[in-house]
Formats: sequence, C-alpha cells, structure tokens
Amino acid sequence: MSAPNKSYDPVEVEALKPDAIERMRTDALAAIAAAGDLEALTHVKTAHTGGGSPLALANREIGALPPQAKAEAGKRVGQARGAVNQALAARQAELEAERDARVLVEEAVDVTLPYDRRPAGARHPLTTLSERIEDIFTAMGYEVAEGPEVEAEWFNFDALNFPPDHPARETQDTFFVEGRGGSGESGVVLRTHTSPVQIRALLERELPVYVIAPGRVYRSDELDATHTPVFAQVELLAVDEGLTMADLKGTLDHMVVSLFGEGMTTRLRPNHFPFTEPSAEMDMLCYVCRGDSVGNPDRPCRTCSSEGWIELGGCGVVNPRVLTACGVDPEKYSGFAFGFGIERMLMFRHNVEDMRDIVEGDVRFTLPFGMEI
Amino acid sequence: MRVPLSWLREYVDLPAGVTGRDVQAKLISAGLEVETVEQLGAGLKGPLVVGRVLTIEELEGFKKPIRFCTVDVGDANSTGEPQEIVCGARNFAVGDLVVVVLPGGVLPGDFQIAARKTYGHTSHGMICSARELGMGDDHDGIIVLPPGSEPGADAIGLLELVDEVLDIAVTPDRGYCLSLRGIAREAAIAYGVPLRDPALLDVPAHNGEGYPVRIADPEGCDRFTARTVTGLDPEATSPIWLQRRLQKVGMRPISLTVDIANYVMFELGQPLHTYDRTRIAGAIGVRRAQPGEKLTTLDGAERVLDAEDLVITDDKGPIGLAGVMGGAHTEITDGGSTDVVIEAAHFAPIPIARTSRRHKLGSEASRRFERGTDPLTTSAAAQRTVDLLVGLAGGTAEPGVTEIASPAGPRTIAMPADHPDRVAGTEYGRETVVRRLQEIGCDVAGSDDLTVTVPSWRPDLSYPNDLAEEVIRLEGYENLPSTLPQPPAGRGLTESQLLRRRVGRALAGAGYVEAPSYPFVGAEAFDQLGLDEGDERRRTVRLANPLDDTEPALRTTLLPGLLGTLRRNSGRGAHDLALFETGLVFLPAAEQTAPPRLPVDRRPTDEEIAALEAALPDQPRRVGAVLAGARELPGWWGAGHTASWADAVEAARTVAREAGVDLTVRAGQYAPFHPGRCAVLSAGEQVVGHAGELHPRVTKAFGVPERTCAMEIDLDLVEAAGGARAEGPRVSTFPVATQDVALVVDADVPAADVEAALRAGAGELLESVRLFDIFTGPQIGEGRKSLAYALRFRAADRTLTAEEASAARDSAVASAAGRTHATLRGA
Ligand SMILES: [Zn+2]
Repeated sequence: MSAPNKSYDPVEVEALKPDAIERMRTDALAAIAAAGDLEALTHVKTAHTGGGSPLALANREIGALPPQAKAEAGKRVGQARGAVNQALAARQAELEAERDARVLVEEAVDVTLPYDRRPAGARHPLTTLSERIEDIFTAMGYEVAEGPEVEAEWFNFDALNFPPDHPARETQDTFFVEGRGGSGESGVVLRTHTSPVQIRALLERELPVYVIAPGRVYRSDELDATHTPVFAQVELLAVDEGLTMADLKGTLDHMVVSLFGEGMTTRLRPNHFPFTEPSAEMDMLCYVCRGDSVGNPDRPCRTCSSEGWIELGGCGVVNPRVLTACGVDPEKYSGFAFGFGIERMLMFRHNVEDMRDIVEGDVRFTLPFGMEI
Repeated sequence: MRVPLSWLREYVDLPAGVTGRDVQAKLISAGLEVETVEQLGAGLKGPLVVGRVLTIEELEGFKKPIRFCTVDVGDANSTGEPQEIVCGARNFAVGDLVVVVLPGGVLPGDFQIAARKTYGHTSHGMICSARELGMGDDHDGIIVLPPGSEPGADAIGLLELVDEVLDIAVTPDRGYCLSLRGIAREAAIAYGVPLRDPALLDVPAHNGEGYPVRIADPEGCDRFTARTVTGLDPEATSPIWLQRRLQKVGMRPISLTVDIANYVMFELGQPLHTYDRTRIAGAIGVRRAQPGEKLTTLDGAERVLDAEDLVITDDKGPIGLAGVMGGAHTEITDGGSTDVVIEAAHFAPIPIARTSRRHKLGSEASRRFERGTDPLTTSAAAQRTVDLLVGLAGGTAEPGVTEIASPAGPRTIAMPADHPDRVAGTEYGRETVVRRLQEIGCDVAGSDDLTVTVPSWRPDLSYPNDLAEEVIRLEGYENLPSTLPQPPAGRGLTESQLLRRRVGRALAGAGYVEAPSYPFVGAEAFDQLGLDEGDERRRTVRLANPLDDTEPALRTTLLPGLLGTLRRNSGRGAHDLALFETGLVFLPAAEQTAPPRLPVDRRPTDEEIAALEAALPDQPRRVGAVLAGARELPGWWGAGHTASWADAVEAARTVAREAGVDLTVRAGQYAPFHPGRCAVLSAGEQVVGHAGELHPRVTKAFGVPERTCAMEIDLDLVEAAGGARAEGPRVSTFPVATQDVALVVDADVPAADVEAALRAGAGELLESVRLFDIFTGPQIGEGRKSLAYALRFRAADRTLTAEEASAARDSAVASAAGRTHATLRGA
C-alpha cells in the first residue's frame, strides 16, 4: 500500500488516459474469459487484479493527478476494476460448478452392490407369536403370568380336578421327575400344560384375575411331523363375578380377529376336560377359505381339509372345584379359560408344514420371521 | 364306538331319508365326536345270491389248487341250471351255502364280474369271501353261511351289506355312549323323537335259588346279577344278523355264547361274562386278590395279582380279573359248554382302571367299567343274554336268580333353575332347562330351585355345572352369544418380561438367531463339555421316564442344546452361525424333598404352598449364545472378521446392557472354555456367567467348528443387579480436550486393570477413555505390550485449559503406573 503521490509524473499520468484504462479492462476481461480452469483463472486474477496489475498501478497513480482530474480518473479506474472483479467472480463460479460436476461423476459407485457384511439375526417365531398373543390380551387389561416348568403334581393335576387315576397322569403322557433313590414317586412332573400357572395366579393374585399364561410344556410324545415332546402353549384365565361362557366365546372371537383379521370367528363344540365344566373344543373359521370350501368340491381347501374350521384347542367355564381348591368362592365368582399350542397356531398362520422345522433350530427356518411376527 | 345306522334305527325312528352324514352332524352338535361315517357296500351291485355247492372237481396241474364247482343259485341265473364257477378257495364242501356274485354284478372297489375263461373252464361268476364283500378283513377263505337260507335268495339284504357306520370318539365322561342304547338316546333327543329303550325288560327278582355269589368287597362291586342257562345246543352257531352286527361294531364273531355276551354289551353298555358252569367250583366270589396269587387270563398270559386287583373267585381261587378279563380255566369252549352262568355286575371304575393299567390289559369290558356303567342295567342285561341264549342256542333258563345289590339311593343335585342361564350368559328359561334335563333322563322337581335326580347311567353328573353343560350342549354351543368382558386396567408386562423381550431383540439385532432347544441331557453331554466329575452342573433333575434313556436329565446349562443346534446347522452347510437361546435351567435342591399330598377341597395354607415350592428345583433363566465362522463376511468392502472370544463377551455385555448392568470382566478358567480365552463375567461382586472360546477338545467332542465361541449368563442375576433407572446426564457444551497416552505394561496385565487405573486417576474431568491400539514388538521389549488410550476431558462449566487437561492426564498415567507398573511409552 503506497501513500498518495504528491509529485506529478507526466509519464505515469499518461497511463490514466481513458483509452489506456479501457484497454486494461478489455485485456483483463478477455483473459478471464479465456481461463480454461480454476488454476488458469488464479493466474489471470493475479495478473489483472494483483498489486502489480495495470489497473492496480493506475489506481495508485490517481493520487498524483491534479485535483481537477482526480475525480474523473478515479471513476474510470473504479468502474474498470469493478467490471473485472465481477467477471472474475462469475468465471470462478462457472469453473467451480464445472469441476464439481466432473468430480461427482467420477465418484459414482455401483449402488446395486450387495452388502451382506454382517449376517442378520432373528427371533424364533414361537417367541414372537407368543408375544403377539400376549400383546392382544395385555391391551385388553390382562397380565402375563408365569410359573416353573418343573412343577408339583398338585399344581399340574390335583388342583385342576384331575382325579388320581386320570389317564393324563400316566407315564405315557407325562414326564415324571425321579424321586429320591430313583423312585418314580416324586410328586413332581414336567408341567403338561400351563394350567398350573392359572392355579398359581388364583393363589397369588387379588380377584378379579385376568391373566394369560404362555410357556413351555412337556408331553411324552416322540418328535414327528405333527408332535413334539416340548412345545409352547398359551392359556388364558379370567375369574370375576358373573363371567359366562358367552364371555369366553367373545374373548376367543376377539383373539382370532386380532390374529387373522376381520370376519374371523370361532365355534365351540362340547368336549370334556377335568378343569372346566362346561368344556368345549374350540375351532376357528378357516382363515384361508373362510368356509367356502365346504360342500364345494371345485374349491377344495388344504388348510382345513374343506371342513371350513380349524381345531385350535380346549376351553370352558372354570370348574367350580378348581376355584374351591384355590380358595375362591364359586358361589360368588365364575370364570373361563382356554389354551392352545403355539406350534399349531404357527403352522397354520404361517403355512408351516412340518413340526420338526419349528423345533430343530435351522437358521434358514427362523430368519424369515425377523423380529416380530 | 362304532354305530351301524341300521342298528340305531331299531331304537329310534329317524326320519326317512336321513343319512349317516345327517346323523353325524346332529350328534356332533350335541357334543359327540363323530369322527367318520363309513359307507359299507358302497358301489356294490347284484346279482349277489345265496348258492348251494352241488359238485366240486379238483383241477390238477396248476401252481395252486383250483376247484371247478357247480352251484345251485335257484332262479337267480334265470335258467335254474347249476352255475359253473371256478374257485381258488378250499374252505367249503359240497352242500355248503355260499355267496355267489353272478356276471353283471359289481363288488366294492368297482370290481366288475363277467363270465371269463380261466384254468381251462369258463367261470360264470365268483364265490365270494368276506373281504371281497367289504365285510371285514378277518377271513381269507370264502363265506360259508349257516344253514337256513334258500339258494337264489338275495345276499345283499341277507348279509346287510349296505349300511352306514358312525365312528364316535367317546370322551371319558360319557361312558353311556359306549352302547347303542346311549347313542340312541342322544339321537332321539337330537331328532326330537321317542327312544325305544332296549333295557326296559321285565326282569325276575332275586329268589335265593340262583347260582351262589358272595361279595367280600361291596365297594368294588355293589351289584351282581347271576343267571344260569342250561342245555345249550353245542352245534348252534351265531345267526347271520348277529355276526354282521358284531362285525360292524368291530368285533370278530367267535362262538354263539360269546357273541351273545358281546352283542348285549354293545347294545346295553353292560359288560357280561359267561362261565362254563361245570368248571366253576362252588360259589362265585368277589374280593381283592391276595398278593402273589396267580391267574391265567383268557389271552393265555399268567398274571401275578396285586392286592388291589379286584378278582372273581371260586372255591379254588381267582377265576377272573373282575371287569377286565376272565380266566382261561372257566372259559366257554366252542361247542363244549352246554351250561353257562351269566355274570352281569357293576364294578367301581377306579379299581378296574388300576388293574387294567397295572396289567397293561385293556378290554371292551374294562373300557366301559372305567368310565362308569349303569348299575341298574345288570338285571336287564342278564335277562337279555338269557333270552338270546334260549332263543338262539336252544337253552333253558333256570328259574334261580341271584341279584345282589348294595343299598344306594338315587343321586340328586340341587340347582337354581337359572343356573344354566348364568353359566351360559344367555336366557334359556326354566321350562327349557327342565325339558332338557328330562330328555337326558333326569327327574326334575321344584320351581326356582330345582332338585334334579340324575339317571343311573350318568355317573358323571354330580354338580350344577354338569347339568348346565347338558342344557347348554343340547341347546347348541353354536347358539351361545359372543360378549366381551371388561377386565380392570392391567399393568402391562413386568420388568422381567420386558427385559426378556429387549434381550431377544438386542441379540437378534446383533446378528444372533434364536434357537430354543430341548432341555434333555445325558452324561455324555457333560463329558463332551469336559466337566470334572465333581462339577456342580453334573447334579441334575432326573426324569423317571425319559423319552431317550441316554438323555434322562434336565439341563443345568444351555450350552449342550445350543451346540447341538449349531452342529445341526453346520452339518446342513451353514458356516457362519450365531445362535442364542433364552430358557430355564434346572438345578436340584441340596436335599430333594417330596411335596405334601394336599387336598383340593380348600385353599392350601401358605405353609403347604411353601412345602410344594420347596420340592421343586431352582429354575433360573439363562441366556446362552454360540457362534462360529465369520462374524463379519469379507467382500468387496474389504476383509471380514472371524467370530472370536471377544464377540462372545460382547454378546454377554449386550444382554447385561439391556438390564442396565455394566459387566466386569476378568480372566478365568472354566469348562467348557479354552483355559486362556475364558472371561468370567460379574455384575458387581456376583459372578453371572462366562464367555469365551471353547476348549479345542470340546469343539471336537461336540463336532462343532474349531474355535467355536460361546457365552452363558444368568438373566435372573443380571436383572437383580440392574434395574436402576437411567439418570439423565448433564450435557456440557464446553469444548473437549483430547489427550492420547501410550502405556507399556507387562504382557499379562489385563487391559481392564489398566483402564480402571486410568479412570481412577483421571478424576472428574474424564469424559471417556478408549483403548485404540495395542502394540508389541522389539521396540517395546520382550514380555511387554503397549496400550494406546485416547482420553477425553471436559468440564461442565468452563473450557479446560491445556494445563488442566495435561494435569488430569498426568494424574491418570501416574495412577496406571502405580497400579499396573505402566510406563509412558517413549518416556
Ligand atoms: Zn379352508
């Protein structure tokens, strides 16, 4: 930065003639337009706007002009410098845009490349289906009750009104825990259903009781396409004042609608269980054909064998004797209960054909079920 | 229970044109499980006639014996001439009556009959076997009819070949449905028509002249009817109708006397036994067996009796297992017994069930007694048997009648008339309730409060709800309304249930696949795990009746199951595997106790419940994981990463993190892990599990990939250690000051110790510490390693000065130096 020139230099002043200024400006604009890339533009910028550039020098000379010439020369040089800077900025932007476009094109990748870097995991569909059923009922106000898998016979049988000689208490159906000294009389079994949890709920909870009891249960069946000695079950128990079989029916209907969609319904058929009276077998409408296959040989249904209904499990009105064994007054309270196997539900809800696929833990079976079902 | 429709119609006037399918639907709706309706004789077409064999010529020179016969078929062949038929069976003789299908006829299975040349003759039709006619599979030979039919008579009608048979699965509470009488009652109610009760017979009273019977156990046998029939024609055989009905219900005809007893059992539901009178010594007795007594039953097996077995005796000892099976000695012999004593008794269900089970001997009789027979039917059943023996076998009924009955009043149930309404949740009204109860055989008295006398054949009816069920099922379960109760507001899932779901999601999110396995284990699994003889995990809860004798115990660790699943997947070609399971293990109590036998007529006391609980093993919930192969796959992005001990430890940390627990890790040695690659996992002071790489011997023994890694952690303990709600942190917006330090320590110093020392020394300003590199080599020195840490410092209220950050770092390093003899690298 130089101080204003106090001495007048005729040669220098010559440079401030209008046509000279105009030439500087034209040269600069031409050079800017000719710059092919950002680097060239940087050189152009230095040459035409830098401290040693003709316009900068001209600007410096203004101070040496006689006062009467200053104003006009200042204006002329200022305009020229403004035009050059403007052109520079415009060209700079232009070249940057060109460069950016080119670089982004060069950085393009194949976005269809597979990326199986970390293998996926999944939860077992028995777990997630059970949770889904739990959620249907917890949304209604039920709570999830649980109990041990190795269970006292009193909980598993006696309190549920199984007489001492009931066939279910035989070794062909029930796993018995070995007693002391290897005897078979331990009074302890692998629970054959989650019904003992119902008993525990009635003993432990305040009335009314509305619980759902999911869990693992055991029966001494060999594994085959439709049986497994270890399986999952969900049971429901409601004990309150004034509960009826119609309430049972409505609760079942609500469940199948929640699991399979609008229009689904259930059907009850008389059956016999020790822990309920009246007892019923519960069927649900075939969710595939919705009953249309019945008597319609042109449209057979594999899922329900053209019966229109699928057997779900057992249910009924809680036998008052069960309430008595739990200290609940059967004159005041009544209740209903149902239970069914999750494997079976999984088989028809998700078109699983072989029980062995459910129990063997092959990851190819489990993975498609993901996190929720 | 198989029910021929033709037989059923004998007691119920079913509407004309009603098919087996119709009856099936009606009975299903009434609560009987009618599984199938078998169509007998479907596709059968005549002419199918009775023929008398006139001549038999044995044809020689063929691979098997062949007969060329002429058979009189009356006018059925429209010529009256003998019919020439070639036959391969040999169980008939000249003069026998047989069943002949003539050309033009069709046998079941669309078997069209035409005259055809065979074995050098033309056979004009066929002599039929029972199998060819769809009568049963019992006989290979052709049917020889008893005398009495005319040649040329239609055999389709004679043999009742066209019929429908319902097959009904009878639930244990409905013993009365194991009879035509019981099913007929249900059908009559279903169709609203009257029942012709076959048990309504005139029966003579006890007169002291009958065969002597002494009942020593009136609890086990409260009724016993004995009748005697003499002079039976030893040549008499069962008529066709009797044989056919037995065949249709699934019994094989044996001899007239036995067939009659079986027939009456199916008709009335009352099992009967017939004794050859000449083989009984003295009075018939009913008592419990003496331990060690022996009896050879009808099936030829010699059985050693138990003191609980109810037996029928004579002067010499047991002659039958009461209600289960008769003895061989007093058996009716085909064609040899002319005088028989008929037993029609009522035995208590439980002793019969126990005896049947104890001797693994089930019979049609025991099935019925176990479910409860009608005690008031013994006299009628005996009378019916007498009538049939007299009518079909030419016997004479002796006038003596023995009727022994313990006094028993009718059973009544008091029930409010609206009880069925309140159980069902609908309004039937008193009138309907009373009518329905009367239909099933009850006597009903009273108006608002009913006194219901239940029929003798329904021992299952004891409580008001039993009666409610009868009303509701007859009114139709399908007509119940559908209402939704309103439970009180619930509290949702428990913390423990929520934790289990989070753990499952976290592990699945981390790439693990859930694989629940069976909890059955054997000693082999523990050997494979390399457990010491004294290892706690070898103490198991054992099953008295395991499915597989090599796996008689319940798991004490999840690992054998998970490793089995890993092996199965690996065997099926999967190599990169990460599996987990959440489930119970079963740890026996130090001392096994037997749970008390508690009553069910009241709530057990808290002490009684505690005693039940004490008899159960500890059943904590564990989470286990196993992994093998690549944890991260190599690919176009670069190298992969093989699953290692560190992934197993991280899986455990993932579980613990969900419970809000920061696991402490230290090195340990614990089977089945690699002794140098095993992490002991603790929550506070409590050891909660282990993780690491499996011992090479273990992977080999289990047949899983080398370097398989695993972890197992007790979720209950982790849950107990966690649970504190996360505190909202105060987030400082002042700048961070980062300081890296490289510390050289002895190679065996755990990194966790160095980090703990750094944290302890760094003071409050420390925001985080992260190990970002480990370096070993000659520059560091033999047996030494360099650990490079990034320390981040930040203050809540100001920008730290360089001096403050350096001072904190120096303090951290000094702490590490003091506790782990760390030196600053390059220092
Ligand atoms: Zn269908």
